Amino acid sequence: MTRTAYAPVPTTPVDEVALEARAAELCSRSIKTTSKRAALHLAIRCMDLTTLEGVDTPGKVSSLCRKAIRPDATDPSVPSVAAVCVYPEMVAHAAATVAGTGVAVASVAGAFPSGLSDLDVRCDDIRSAVVDGADEIDIVLNRSAFLAGDLARVHDEVAASKEACGDAHLKVILEAGELGGYEPIRRASMLAMAAGADFIKTSTGKIPKAATHATALCMAEAIREFAQREGRSVGFKAAGGIRSAKQAWHYLVLMGETLGTGWLTPDRFRLGASSLLNDVLLQLAKLDHGRYGGPDYVTVD
Amino acid sequence: MADEQGFDLDYAPAPESTGIVELADEYGLYIGGEFVEARSGRTFDTISPSTEERLATVSEAGAEDVDRAVAAARTAFEDHWRDTPGTVRARYLYRIARQLQERSREFAVLETMDGGKPIRESRDVDLPLVAAHFFHHAGWADKLEYAFPNRRVAPHGVAGQVIPWNFPMLMAAWKLAPALACGNTVVLKPAETTPLTALLLAEVLNDVGLPPGVVNVVTGAGETGAALVEHPGVDKLAFTGSTEVGKRIQRSAAVRRLPLTLELGGKAANVVFEDAALDQAVEGVVQGIWFNQGHVCCAGSRLLVQESIAGDFVERLHARMARLRVGDPLDKNTDVGAINSAEHLARITALVESGVEEGAVLHQSACDLPDRGFWFAPTVFTEVQQSHRIAREEVFGPVLAVQTFRTPEEAVEKANNTPYGLSAGIWTEKGSKVHWMAERLRAGVVWANTFNRFDPASPFGGYKESGFGREGGLTGLGAYVRDAGGVSR
Amino acid sequence: MSGHLPVDKTFKLFIGGAFPRSESGHTFQVHGADGQFLANAAKASRKDLRETVRAARSAQSGWAGRTAYNRGQVLYRVAEMLDARADEFVDLLRNAGRTPRAARREVEQSVDRWVWYAGWADKVHQVLGTVNPVAGPYFNFTVPEPTGVVVQAVPDDPPLLGLTSRVAPAIVTGNTSIVLSGAGSALVAMSLAEVLATSDVPGGVVNVLTGDVAALLPWALGHLDVNAVDLAGAPDDLPDEALADAAENVKRLVHGNPDDASPMLVAAFLELKTVWHPIGR
Repeated sequence: MTRTAYAPVPTTPVDEVALEARAAELCSRSIKTTSKRAALHLAIRCMDLTTLEGVDTPGKVSSLCRKAIRPDATDPSVPSVAAVCVYPEMVAHAAATVAGTGVAVASVAGAFPSGLSDLDVRCDDIRSAVVDGADEIDIVLNRSAFLAGDLARVHDEVAASKEACGDAHLKVILEAGELGGYEPIRRASMLAMAAGADFIKTSTGKIPKAATHATALCMAEAIREFAQREGRSVGFKAAGGIRSAKQAWHYLVLMGETLGTGWLTPDRFRLGASSLLNDVLLQLAKLDHGRYGGPDYVTVD
Repeated sequence: MADEQGFDLDYAPAPESTGIVELADEYGLYIGGEFVEARSGRTFDTISPSTEERLATVSEAGAEDVDRAVAAARTAFEDHWRDTPGTVRARYLYRIARQLQERSREFAVLETMDGGKPIRESRDVDLPLVAAHFFHHAGWADKLEYAFPNRRVAPHGVAGQVIPWNFPMLMAAWKLAPALACGNTVVLKPAETTPLTALLLAEVLNDVGLPPGVVNVVTGAGETGAALVEHPGVDKLAFTGSTEVGKRIQRSAAVRRLPLTLELGGKAANVVFEDAALDQAVEGVVQGIWFNQGHVCCAGSRLLVQESIAGDFVERLHARMARLRVGDPLDKNTDVGAINSAEHLARITALVESGVEEGAVLHQSACDLPDRGFWFAPTVFTEVQQSHRIAREEVFGPVLAVQTFRTPEEAVEKANNTPYGLSAGIWTEKGSKVHWMAERLRAGVVWANTFNRFDPASPFGGYKESGFGREGGLTGLGAYVRDAGGVSR
Repeated sequence: MSGHLPVDKTFKLFIGGAFPRSESGHTFQVHGADGQFLANAAKASRKDLRETVRAARSAQSGWAGRTAYNRGQVLYRVAEMLDARADEFVDLLRNAGRTPRAARREVEQSVDRWVWYAGWADKVHQVLGTVNPVAGPYFNFTVPEPTGVVVQAVPDDPPLLGLTSRVAPAIVTGNTSIVLSGAGSALVAMSLAEVLATSDVPGGVVNVLTGDVAALLPWALGHLDVNAVDLAGAPDDLPDEALADAAENVKRLVHGNPDDASPMLVAAFLELKTVWHPIGR
């Protein structure tokens, strides 16, 4: 793949109040019965089940992978998640565990979560994770360069990272909560997509400002504009602070109503989360059995 | 298996329960603190516009009934209400606000059943604003000397108030709250297609102990309204509704030199510049014309879009229109509900036909409309000329007329080229242009980078043939006092 | 006896800054309180009214577009010019039956009133406008704006103070005025027009039509390009049908007393515009 050259990206204005009002309106959608079940299953199929802790061990990752493959041991109709998301050190182990199951391995790479090391070091990090078996790479956008106004550098680093990914899919984390508003989020989205990102992603989950539905809407509108201008459909990943099934289906509503049902697939939509899966399983159990469950009735992996 | 159907945007039905509403079979008039049968002996049925089913039978007030109501209001005014301290009037209004908050869902469901508007709107917009309106005005009742410094003011006396069917409860609140805060008594005439929430409100007024006769509700159609407007015992008139009826009321009030507030029709321009936040502007245009099926006097029914972005913008608008969910107003996911009545549906249909005949290009969303009830698909006309009826007449329905402009001057000229002057919209990210436009648009409410927002503290009302007087805030309060010093409008 | 025979003034109309005769060619005689003939005044026709509405309309946006500071100075200039010609107005009022003292007093009060309203030009916004604390992330404010073209039936009595008290509050905010003046105030009104014409008041901002007010008013009330009608000096027997006609374009009707002085009278010739704007980053 040829690396794209930097060109200034369109800077479409965004009105914060109206954007948040629209996001809130979409989040008032009421998802019931058959729609709820379909949404919960889709949320699982689009999930990047994640553990990104300094204390991660092969044992912890094994248990996460098993949960990813078969989220509900008692109900084989519950689908597998899309991927497990781990640190590079854990990629080989995770890849071996999920091999042949259809669950992909995603790895954060490139000096996650700050992204502030030498570009060559970051690219080596990416290449090494891919060699170890990562199907997808999640990197962070260089917010330092972005906020300093060096957009060409931001672009070129993403392009270099994309090249380092080879066949692996590249997800670019904007860390939206640190960019200072929706217009920079929109600009960063356009920049990452122009540089070759396969997905743009809201957050690392490592700062207190988690992903919001309004941020997701802002990025979805950028994806829509990019698709219109460039004819390429880029995926969206929400991450950070997504713990409830209701939050999850509102992301689905938001994507569907903004980008169309073509985005309601694991190829174009992901939810990065560690604790969300159990809430989704509890909601499914409620639909199946008609009574509310409790944390002791789902496995803590 | 359900999950194999996949998740799409045909959300499963999510109906709001109607169990919260206890409908009586028949409703009387609310006069002198009691529900009474009409002496006219006449009744009418109120139906659900989404199902055409009868909801209840309601008394139709005749001249004699209106007379009783005005007399009850007069007695209450003279016997005690005008001498009731502001602190006490405030207390009643606060109580009403609280009761309405507590019973908000019940009112929202009934509003949607009787009027056809989406429950999402009656629940999230109408009813919260209703309670806020009473709460806001409650606080004025004991501060009138600060509201009108250096003036000697007094209540008018008996206020006759005639309200429309598009926001039945909200309009009742806009009328009642300032009137009562200033010490007037009221005879309220709700619209004939949406009488039920006003009657439920009368129950609340009883529950909070508002003295008999302070508020009276007479239900009926145009004849009842006319009897109230013409009644010699009325000291102040307030009307919200069509410009046509408003003019008739002004004719009558002008001769009698009666203080009058008129909030009439509109044909608002929503002006979108090339430097706008376009995705939000699309939402603003949607909110402007499809909120409450376009049954909104201040609806942004004319889109003026800068020619340089017109093609792209209209394309985005079409895509967005296609996603509007039209149908059962009680479904929590419905965006566009039922047209309020068969009669009004016929008017919308006729105007849309005129648009096609006059050469505008029709675009409609391909939604499945229910078999029963009154429905009209969201509609956009492009290639609209200033001379077309759909560009000049108020459709009061989900119908948008799109025109283009080249320069800000042209936008102002086209926006102002109408006898109406209720509202206008501006979409640009350039602050100085917002103010340049806002200064020049001849409209009482200008929404910049937003549309169809309302607040009890924010004055609302029109220029030109959209009426006079304001509702909301300090200015709106002024409509319910007379200057004991002498200046009046 | 001196050989000089006084050169009597010909009273005409004041339209768009010019002093034309009535297109109809009609005049009427004005007599003093003692019954003595004073002058012929022009009798404006409905066509004169029509032309005057055009003049007032074309002057309106420019006048409203002046800064409030500038309009205030123009009104103050009117007071200066009126004061400079005080003796002339005292004579006119004495002819109308005032005692010398009462005539002098009315002129002084009128000068004072022009000064008083001049000062309102850049203050009404602060008294009548509001910033509204709405429950949401919006900056919301309400500003007064002129209604537009106002027709004013001015009182016959007091002629100068009445005229001043009605016209000054209407024009100070940027409205343009068409004064309808009957026999009792015609000469005062036309003399005031001369003051206005020499006071930096742009042509068309104040126009004076003398004649039969009762005959002209129905045309004004029915005119679709008139925004407001001030009835302070309207005859009591104005037909109902004429008043009702105001509804044809939802005109603002203003009532009041001949010599009211109040910012609320300024407010009677104003619209209120509320502007919403989101507060966001």
